[in-house]
Amino acid sequence: MIRKVLSAWVSLKSDRQGNLWGTVLPEQGPEVAQVVHGQLGLPLTMMVAVDERAKSGVYRLTYLFSLIDKPAFLALEMAVDGQAAEYPSWTPAVPAANWHEREARDLLGVVPVGHPDPRRLVLHGNWPHGYHPLRQDAPSEVAATAPRRFSFRPPGEEAMQIPVGPIHAGIIEPGHFRFTAVGEQIQALEANLFYTHRGIEKWCEGKPVMTVLAAAERLCGVCSLTNSLAFCQAVEAIAKVEVPPAARYGRVLLCELERLYNHIGDLGNICAGTAVALGTMAGTRIKEQLQQLNDALTGSRFLRGILVPGGLRRPLAAEGIDKVLREVRRDAAMLADTLLGHASFMDRLDHTGIVDRATAWRLGAVGVAARASGIDRDCRRDHPHAAYHELRWQVPVHQEGDVAARLKVRIEEIEQSLSLIEQARAALLAMATTTTTTMKPGDWAAVIDEYPAGRGWGVAESPRGETVHWLEIDAQGLVSRYRVRTGSYANWPVVVAAVPGNMVPDFPLINKSFELCYACSDR
Amino acid sequence: MFRLLWHHLAKTPPSPPIAAAQTDGHAGEAVLVRPLPDGWCGTSVHMRHVDCGSCNGCDWELSALLNPVYDIQRYGLDFVASPRHADLLLVTGSVTRHLQEALTMTYEATPDPKVVVAVGDCACGAGPFSGAYACGTGAEDHVPVHLKIPGCPPSPAMIIAALRALLK
Repeated sequence: MIRKVLSAWVSLKSDRQGNLWGTVLPEQGPEVAQVVHGQLGLPLTMMVAVDERAKSGVYRLTYLFSLIDKPAFLALEMAVDGQAAEYPSWTPAVPAANWHEREARDLLGVVPVGHPDPRRLVLHGNWPHGYHPLRQDAPSEVAATAPRRFSFRPPGEEAMQIPVGPIHAGIIEPGHFRFTAVGEQIQALEANLFYTHRGIEKWCEGKPVMTVLAAAERLCGVCSLTNSLAFCQAVEAIAKVEVPPAARYGRVLLCELERLYNHIGDLGNICAGTAVALGTMAGTRIKEQLQQLNDALTGSRFLRGILVPGGLRRPLAAEGIDKVLREVRRDAAMLADTLLGHASFMDRLDHTGIVDRATAWRLGAVGVAARASGIDRDCRRDHPHAAYHELRWQVPVHQEGDVAARLKVRIEEIEQSLSLIEQARAALLAMATTTTTTMKPGDWAAVIDEYPAGRGWGVAESPRGETVHWLEIDAQGLVSRYRVRTGSYANWPVVVAAVPGNMVPDFPLINKSFELCYACSDR
Repeated sequence: MFRLLWHHLAKTPPSPPIAAAQTDGHAGEAVLVRPLPDGWCGTSVHMRHVDCGSCNGCDWELSALLNPVYDIQRYGLDFVASPRHADLLLVTGSVTRHLQEALTMTYEATPDPKVVVAVGDCACGAGPFSGAYACGTGAEDHVPVHLKIPGCPPSPAMIIAALRALLK
């Protein structure tokens, strides 16, 4: 079907994993984008640009779309001339490409002609013109220039602008928000993010795979496990390695533990946004209990240092976790029931920060944000990995798209996570008793002796949504390009769209209902 | 709501005492690198957190200090919303190029005498991404740091133990 529809522009080849690959001419890009996204309805997963001027005189851009009827992807490649360094933008046809194309312009200097927003995204105003750090010939360090301020759109008549950040009032990450408001009513919101941009992707170039694994775990604190999982899966796709069953079930267990402590912590945060101190304290207490469980199980409160390409670093001692999880199940249910049954609390949440289905789809929302707006997507089910396809679970979906819907999706996902953890734990215990009493290394990690050259990607569902890591390994076994698109990166434009029409004091609540990270979006 | 309140009062354990040096193997000892300023009161310390490009691991451990398990207010330490109200700045992250100005402005907005604490390896100048083009080299290159709490991230118990050493 896809081959036939696209045959006028591109001939597609499929690879071992069922992914479709094709090469698009730059001048035909917008047309193809219109067909792929508008007509076939495939969502954009990520775009990655690579400087290949030294080898072939071009920048190679790859647009990765998710197939909706198969658990695979469509990768459309495009060679952009290295001298001219410009191509017709896909963003008018695929709005979700907006940030990807602006990022490629900042970091590689490849200009999307016809892009609706020509402002900088990743690099702020204190970098010299013409400095594109991800170009292969870019100096590794340049001096800062005098800051040029980000040009926010001017407010209309009788409206005022409220600047907020980058340093906020609470213990949270930095970002600048510019509200245009008439009285209490917000007319428009613009976000200037990437304050925590560190240049991690460039830092990873030329480094061995295991060094980059440690970097993947430190992109973000609270998505550490998902990021390392997506990275490991990218390596495994390149090395064509099968992960042993014990490790696959262990990965499900760990990934759901991460979702659990984040989602329950966010129940508490939503309470902080509505000044329900009792709920805040209940949420943070259960979250602490879960982080201590993480520590006991893996030696890290953020589940770091346990995954490795090929499996797990060591077997999980999962026998004893059921006592804590029984308490968590009881306490989280009580917290959720109390909140959902409290009229004055729910009154703040209903009809606040609405994202309708069309907006969520257009902007490429993922994760809880998508599922609360009626989009039934979850890459744990749609792009099966670890052992998710062998377990019984459901993807909760709500239609309303408001803060209440996002809270309800989270509450239902907490139940699903607890069920998945229980099933994965039972499977692990059964494996340990039926094979031998102690697990052998081969049961929980396939050995990868050397990393072959190639490129691939890994997908995992973080508590914020679908997270994709694109990886290229060169002939020396070193990483030559690494790009990360986390759930937060995909969802930030959705937050901005959710806010207009609401009151200024509801912004923190709306923001908390998305619960996005800045660090793994900024990198 | 009353059921939830009763459950949390009756069924959950009270905050445990924090052992003096409850480190968990990821973190070394906190180091006082600069004497505390003249006139430092050190009895009721109001703290302001400044994220200068951390991975948010340290940030979440700082917010964990406010949960009922660590309950940092019982030691006379608390977080405030503005640097104008603060006696102490908690800096996390390596001070990325985009946040240098914000850190300097926050420091200047804090009244004297003030203490700066670098929380985590990045802020202490030993972060995992040092050398990256936008990463920065730690808090000390921008503001005078008094106390360094290493770790990736330091555990809440370790942060409390280190901060209590600043109290009189």
